[in-house]
Amino acid sequence: MTAWEPVIGLEIHVQLDTRTKMFCGCELSFGKPPNTRTCPVCLGLPGTLPVVNAQAVHYGLMMGLALGCEIAPRSIFHRKNYFYPDQAKNYQISQYDIPLCSGGRLGDVRLHRIHLEEDAAKLVHIGESGRIHGSDASIVDYNRGGTPLCEIVTEPDIHSAEQAREWLNLLRVTLRQLGVSDVNMEEGSLRCDANVSVRPAGSSELGTKTELKNMNSFRFLERGIKAEIERQVALLEAGEPVVQETLHFDPSSGRLSSLRSKEEAHDYRYFPEPDLVPLAPTDAMLAAARAALPELPAERAARYERDWGLSVDAARLLAYEPRWGDYFEAVAGDLADGRAAANWVEQLRARIGAESDPAASRVSPRALAQLVALVGSKRVNAGAARRVLDRLVADGGEPGAIVEREGLGSIDGGDELAGIVAAAIAANAGAAEKVRGGNDKAMGPIVGFVMRETKGRADGGEVGRLIREQLGL
Amino acid sequence: MSEALSLSAAAAAAGVRAGELDPAELWHGFRTRAAGDDCNAFVWVAPDGEPPAIERDAPLAGVPVAVKDLFCTKGVPSQAGSRILAGYRPPYDATSVERLNAAGAPLLAKTNQDEFAMGSSTENSAYGPTLNPWDRARVPGGSSGGSAAAVAAGSAPWAIGTDTGGSIRQPAALCGIVGLKPTYGAISRYGMIAFASSLDQAGPLTRDVTDAALLLGAMVGKDPCDSTSVGLPEPVRLPSRSDLRGVRLGVPEELTGEGIEPGVLASFDATLDVARELGATVEPCRLPHAPHALSAYYLIAPAEASSNLARYDGVRYGFRADGARDLLHMYTETREHGFGAEVKRRIMLGTYALSSGYYDAYYGRAQKVRTRISEDFKAAWERFDFIATPTAPSVAFELGAKTADPLAMYLNDFCTVPMSLAGIPGISIPSGLSEGLPVGFQLAGPAFSENALLDAAYAVEGAIGFDAAPWRRAA
Amino acid sequence: MSEELSKVLDHIEKIGELGDLADVEPTSHVIAVENALRADEPRPSLPAEVALESAPEADLGGFRVPSPGPAPA
Repeated sequence: MTAWEPVIGLEIHVQLDTRTKMFCGCELSFGKPPNTRTCPVCLGLPGTLPVVNAQAVHYGLMMGLALGCEIAPRSIFHRKNYFYPDQAKNYQISQYDIPLCSGGRLGDVRLHRIHLEEDAAKLVHIGESGRIHGSDASIVDYNRGGTPLCEIVTEPDIHSAEQAREWLNLLRVTLRQLGVSDVNMEEGSLRCDANVSVRPAGSSELGTKTELKNMNSFRFLERGIKAEIERQVALLEAGEPVVQETLHFDPSSGRLSSLRSKEEAHDYRYFPEPDLVPLAPTDAMLAAARAALPELPAERAARYERDWGLSVDAARLLAYEPRWGDYFEAVAGDLADGRAAANWVEQLRARIGAESDPAASRVSPRALAQLVALVGSKRVNAGAARRVLDRLVADGGEPGAIVEREGLGSIDGGDELAGIVAAAIAANAGAAEKVRGGNDKAMGPIVGFVMRETKGRADGGEVGRLIREQLGL
Repeated sequence: MSEALSLSAAAAAAGVRAGELDPAELWHGFRTRAAGDDCNAFVWVAPDGEPPAIERDAPLAGVPVAVKDLFCTKGVPSQAGSRILAGYRPPYDATSVERLNAAGAPLLAKTNQDEFAMGSSTENSAYGPTLNPWDRARVPGGSSGGSAAAVAAGSAPWAIGTDTGGSIRQPAALCGIVGLKPTYGAISRYGMIAFASSLDQAGPLTRDVTDAALLLGAMVGKDPCDSTSVGLPEPVRLPSRSDLRGVRLGVPEELTGEGIEPGVLASFDATLDVARELGATVEPCRLPHAPHALSAYYLIAPAEASSNLARYDGVRYGFRADGARDLLHMYTETREHGFGAEVKRRIMLGTYALSSGYYDAYYGRAQKVRTRISEDFKAAWERFDFIATPTAPSVAFELGAKTADPLAMYLNDFCTVPMSLAGIPGISIPSGLSEGLPVGFQLAGPAFSENALLDAAYAVEGAIGFDAAPWRRAA
Repeated sequence: MSEELSKVLDHIEKIGELGDLADVEPTSHVIAVENALRADEPRPSLPAEVALESAPEADLGGFRVPSPGPAPA
């Protein structure tokens, strides 16, 4: 039985978050009435000419620098010629053999290239036209046409559907951190196609690849790739070849269907765009792009692991969401125990939701830090601290004051606790016997009694110690 | 009044500024002439009525201008000589049109042209051919034939056209007027319905060299709407040279021998003598790749055109064929019926030149030949100030004489195409007559040498004293 | 049309005569300009009526066409 290795490359399109379109001054829009964000240029009216958006280039350079690419000293635009109603000029201005960026890497996936191009318009199918010929009709809305797009192509370094999903998420948080795009798959500012092939494990040759399209969520991406890997493996194991083709993912059925064979591959008749001049990023442009780079998620996670001793998962959780990362750093600030701080930030996150902005919550970083300190010095036990946090989330305030007010402070020793322990042992003679007999686990009911009596304020460790002491162990 | 209409545009402008001429009368006079034109030079003439408001102090002082159909004129038909844009009225003005407006030259009329600027005779217009005012059985040249005929006939004081492979210079020659193609990038292409983006340039067609300079000056400039525009490094001066002392003229063997009509060559040689008398040195030079310029041009221009014309599909504007079964059918029917034969020919050629597997041998190679041609000129500029050639290989030919043979038609451009490929400026001035028909003399100069070029042309024009043009006798 | 085209094609084939041009850079831009960029500032868009005014068939706020099949890209 052969072991098969999937080989996956991703082709990602990202809508850039500029104010205006790639080649004209129309404002970017989402959900505006049709054809209200168009002009002679993006409508492809006769006589019009494109002019490159400087901010789109700036964002492209930022992405290239952030992802370790080589920036082309001189790149040019090409025309990609094909007839389709969503393309106002019946050609798309893109980049072909001399893209803005090449090479690069993010995480454990190498990049092949990054280039700039313009987005197509929107076609809305309206079904039967009711005319004599009864043919279907579509309505074209050019608002989206001309939106700046960045195309990112990876090397085929991905080897599972899960890895694809995870890596795409890393790309997403990275680009969000850069501030170049909303990277929202549901809204279409992040789109991902996959090229999938399989080969016998250990082989270095590439198998025939298929192209997967229309996976417009992370879940569908993973499902689609997984389904395709299975399909190819089944074919190859049956001795049949994989045909190079484009497959369209249908979310409702979870299945892939063939769109067209690559043999009929369209000839785009690429040639250099004569209406635009080459892009030769100047030192000033590169410096501006470099200066605009924030700390990226992967770097930040590594820093959290290194400097705060966080686990890989905890570090990633905080680093991939800058609001949470920023909040964590504000809490951890001077605290000695970064892990504890991370833990309690996680507790907050569980309460207000990962999507919320902790800085906008009622729990100030200072308050959470105080809570962490209270737990650390055993003035409040974990259980009580959780209730303090609930109060902070609901009403804000200071942990110290809440503890005072609601009497949530630890009972950490002294006669009071010893007395309650004695009462607990007396009330749970059977359990006490078992504990004396060596069964530690039987301590449960005794501890529970103490906790109820103390309204959860007793320090669990101290209770256990007292029980053992009083039982003469 | 007809005296005022016989002045050069510069003289008329001066008259208006001096208060001696009434711009409203100028307007009405030319408008009436244009409306009564019998050469089919115009596809639209400004309607009768109130003349446009004129600023007497504006540089062009109210002298109205005829504009080639393919310049977008807001609210006014701009059809590029094609059925596929029949009745199309753009919502914006071309930059050149805006500049002319701002300079005080109101829009008199839109002139006829070969469809999408593809042609050398204006016989490819969907709106009928334009006739040459010298002999109405003959072509005015093309593609800016309407503009040239209008100026030659005296129905417009001046006009603008476009030149991609010779489309200003050649009709200027065939109509006995002045035509200038500036350096590529001198004038904005925004609003010019595109034919071949890396070659198209706007330019003046005028009664004399001074008018050409005046009109050019109003049009040049870097335009933020056109990434390929650079303007000119210095303002355009009105020419003033009366001699050519110290000027070195180069005469390329490749463009002044085989293929040129004897009568044209004779006029050319006579003009070279005039240049010598003015003090110029005249020597042969070589442009070794010039014989291949036409092949390169007829690969590059159609290739770019095949892409530029893809937008004419019946979706957003223009003609759409009725009764289409489906989208593909709509595209093909619309373009089949909307485009004329020459346009379809060139789109096919262009598509072929760009196709996968053929790109390197055709379009790719043509762009390399283009580099060689530019290098030929650069080498020539080390020894010469200007290159001189006949503008066109023949005088105006009869309507229908070359329509059956596209190659014969393309050969009309062989003296003008090399300058277009190199992006350098060229001017055609009338040098004399052959068999009663005008002959054009072309001077070409290095990129951005417009002022020097205009000066040299002015000197030659003055010495020749060509005064046979119909506009001098127009009623 | 094919006869006319073939004469033109024959002439165009002359371009093959010039020998090896391997070392020659193709001219993709005849003027030496780079970085013609535009500031990212909004300019007024056309009102929808103007955008649609020349449409052969406008409907539901857009340009109506027979439905296409899948896009090539």
